[in-house]
Amino acid sequence: MTAILRSYALRLLPQLIALAAILLMVSFVFPGFFRLEIQNGRLYGSLIDIFNRGAPVVLLAIGMTVVIATKGIDLSVGAVMAICGAVAASSITSGHSLAMTLLITLGTGILCGLWNGFLVAVLDIQPIIATLVLMVAGRGIAQLVTEGAILTFNDPGLIFLGSGSFAWLPLPVLIWLAFGILVALIVRKTALGMLIEAIGVNRQASTLSGVLTPVLLIAAYMLSGLCAAIAGIIAAADIKGADANNAGLWLELDAILAVVIGGTSLLGGRFSIAASVLGAIIIQSINTGILLSGFPPEFNLIIKAAIIVFILVLQSPPARNALTFVALLRASRKPTERQAR
Amino acid sequence: MQTVGDNLLSATRIDKVFPGAKALDKVDFHLRRGEVHALLGENGAGKSTLVKCLTGAYRRDGGMILLDGVEVDPRDTFNAQKLGIGTVYQEVNLLPNLTVAENLFLGRQPRRFGFVDVRAMNHQARALLENYELDLDVTRALDSYSVAIHQVVAIARAVDLSGKVLILDEPTASLDAHEVEMLFRIVRRLKARGLGIVFITHFLEQVYEISDRITVLRNGQLVGTRDTATLERRDLISMMIGRELAAEIHSARKEPDVTGPVRYRFKDYGRKGHISPFDLDVRAGEVVGIAGLLGSGRTETAEILFGAHRADSGTAELGGKAVQLSSPRRAIVHRFGFCPEDRKTAGIVGDLSVRENIVLALQARRGWTRPISRTEQNRLADHYIRALDIRTVDREKPIRLLSGGNQQKAILARWLATEPEFLILDEPTRGIDVGAHAEIVRLIEGLREKGMSLMVISSEIEELVAYSTRIVVLRDRQHVASLEGERITADQIIEAIASANERGAA
Repeated sequence: MTAILRSYALRLLPQLIALAAILLMVSFVFPGFFRLEIQNGRLYGSLIDIFNRGAPVVLLAIGMTVVIATKGIDLSVGAVMAICGAVAASSITSGHSLAMTLLITLGTGILCGLWNGFLVAVLDIQPIIATLVLMVAGRGIAQLVTEGAILTFNDPGLIFLGSGSFAWLPLPVLIWLAFGILVALIVRKTALGMLIEAIGVNRQASTLSGVLTPVLLIAAYMLSGLCAAIAGIIAAADIKGADANNAGLWLELDAILAVVIGGTSLLGGRFSIAASVLGAIIIQSINTGILLSGFPPEFNLIIKAAIIVFILVLQSPPARNALTFVALLRASRKPTERQAR
Repeated sequence: MQTVGDNLLSATRIDKVFPGAKALDKVDFHLRRGEVHALLGENGAGKSTLVKCLTGAYRRDGGMILLDGVEVDPRDTFNAQKLGIGTVYQEVNLLPNLTVAENLFLGRQPRRFGFVDVRAMNHQARALLENYELDLDVTRALDSYSVAIHQVVAIARAVDLSGKVLILDEPTASLDAHEVEMLFRIVRRLKARGLGIVFITHFLEQVYEISDRITVLRNGQLVGTRDTATLERRDLISMMIGRELAAEIHSARKEPDVTGPVRYRFKDYGRKGHISPFDLDVRAGEVVGIAGLLGSGRTETAEILFGAHRADSGTAELGGKAVQLSSPRRAIVHRFGFCPEDRKTAGIVGDLSVRENIVLALQARRGWTRPISRTEQNRLADHYIRALDIRTVDREKPIRLLSGGNQQKAILARWLATEPEFLILDEPTRGIDVGAHAEIVRLIEGLREKGMSLMVISSEIEELVAYSTRIVVLRDRQHVASLEGERITADQIIEAIASANERGAA
């Protein structure tokens, strides 16, 4: 048991170090960074803000991790967020109950995932193209639902999901925590995780071994759609309205980036949901950090790009070869040095 | 022995080692001036590895190459071209959207004032192609011409660039009879000009039509070089698939008792374009060997039985009851197992551990909701690592880091863990070292003795003779003969393949 725990810790170590480094850097330029206080029965502070603001990307990253593990990608999640936000807003304003609204919205997200999964698993279209279809069409669909306007609502129940709090924590944080733990448990306590990894590494060999490849692929995209739906509800509830044009805009890229920072290879296979969640938090820390530091927000994009480049360089085969080479060199040098001394 | 003067290209004792397998083992290859030399062998025999060593695409690990009596060491294909060794691959390396002339002179276009002199280039191209009896509009895009013309253009380019040795790797695979004739006229003309031509193909009739000498490789080793005129087709086939040891092994074999009831009955089973409908009965405790040359429908037979491709005719019965084998999953439910021919792309799941690879099929059959506990996974993995002697540091090592033979054993373990009743093995001993080879053969015999039904496909006749209780011979995607009991000898098998072949050629 301790061995398994230790292997988890080892897996998450790079992400934890990166997160700590970024938080530390931000705290230098913004001294009050780690301060937490309780007002109106809810924790306030920059850290809480990061966890709260990061909720949509964390949720998208959870679904994206599973899709990427199957050697796929889901470009449509940002657009699905917009669709689901629009569906939630129009459902609640047309008088449906909160429970009914949530049911319809989550169902819409799952349906979007089913569409993507069908294109990928049954029609065998490359994931990047298959999900591009919904990425492009999705905003149009969302605008049709909102009839081109920003659809506002004032249902306290729905708004509570975006800005309420429970047990001192903002509700979005509780939602992604609970959902992340649930998905991670389902994936790792059943055989799903291993079967998904097998598909991602070698789809043909997995099919020949009897793995239900098409069903699992579709399920992965449906999970991603469900994640996007939850993220869409939170984003809409946060601004008390559905903005078909801007809700979730470019967030698919942040989600992919979070997965990559989390160390899951875009070539599929081994994945870690916890690491992707950390990746998403790292991204949000950078965003918040730059805002707090008083840099103009334009810097945000450039610094983010620099960090992506840095991480990709670290993961590239030449860099890895160089690192192994250095490590081998040290390993071979050490004993001789000691002897010399 | 031959003097240097005879040989245009002389490769001696060429070695090439890949992780886990010796691809070439001290292979000699001599090419004379003005001859067409056929290079033959089954898949994985080392033909393309040898060619790649000669053209510099691979670095050889040992041996010497003499060209015109001078030692050469081609660093890459470009360097080999400059030395005089040109290659035309099956998938022609041309740019179909450029003109014929541009394809011929790409990278070395005649220039005038620093610009490409299109007129001079077209003129030269026309002159060049006249040697090949071709009257093409060289200013038209290459893709407005047929594949055969592509081949000729590629040959013209290679000969113009290199001019000493021309290697043709399966040039006729996608040509019709008429086009093959045209290609052969050109090859004869080049031969008359004194070029040495290496011809790789699977079509034996073409070998007899065009080649002067034949070199056969098997398992990375040289079997021999013969004059085509004096080599019987039957002897050639036995050189390709081996028989020398077969007689010995067969005499030592004890006759197994396979009078048990028929367990699987396939009637009129087939799929258009893959394998013609066939009848097949498989009994408990029986090893059905599948023999035939490459492309005869061996793998297709295995795939259709396992449901990797759906049968479009016929019925399958299991213990007298009709069953649908429409997918691998269905077949696995009926206790089938299948080790595919291409271990890398269809067998191993490279990044996953040995343990995960071993439990994969069992886990898939149980479904994702009933995970095999980690303790049980460890027990299964350790059991098979010990039982099959899989050489690995530990069960958590990614399987791609294992050698070919150990990967094969792990895939076998994956199926044994599902306790199959019918195990289909497609080339289980290809590309693995001798030790692992013998272990897998012993394993097959052991499983049969325990009452399992097996089907084994192999290019190695001696191997089939050693463990099969019945041999089905395939030719042209048809089951053409079935040999049992006393008739299972290398001679009989070769006879069946060869006579079928002669009939096919006639």
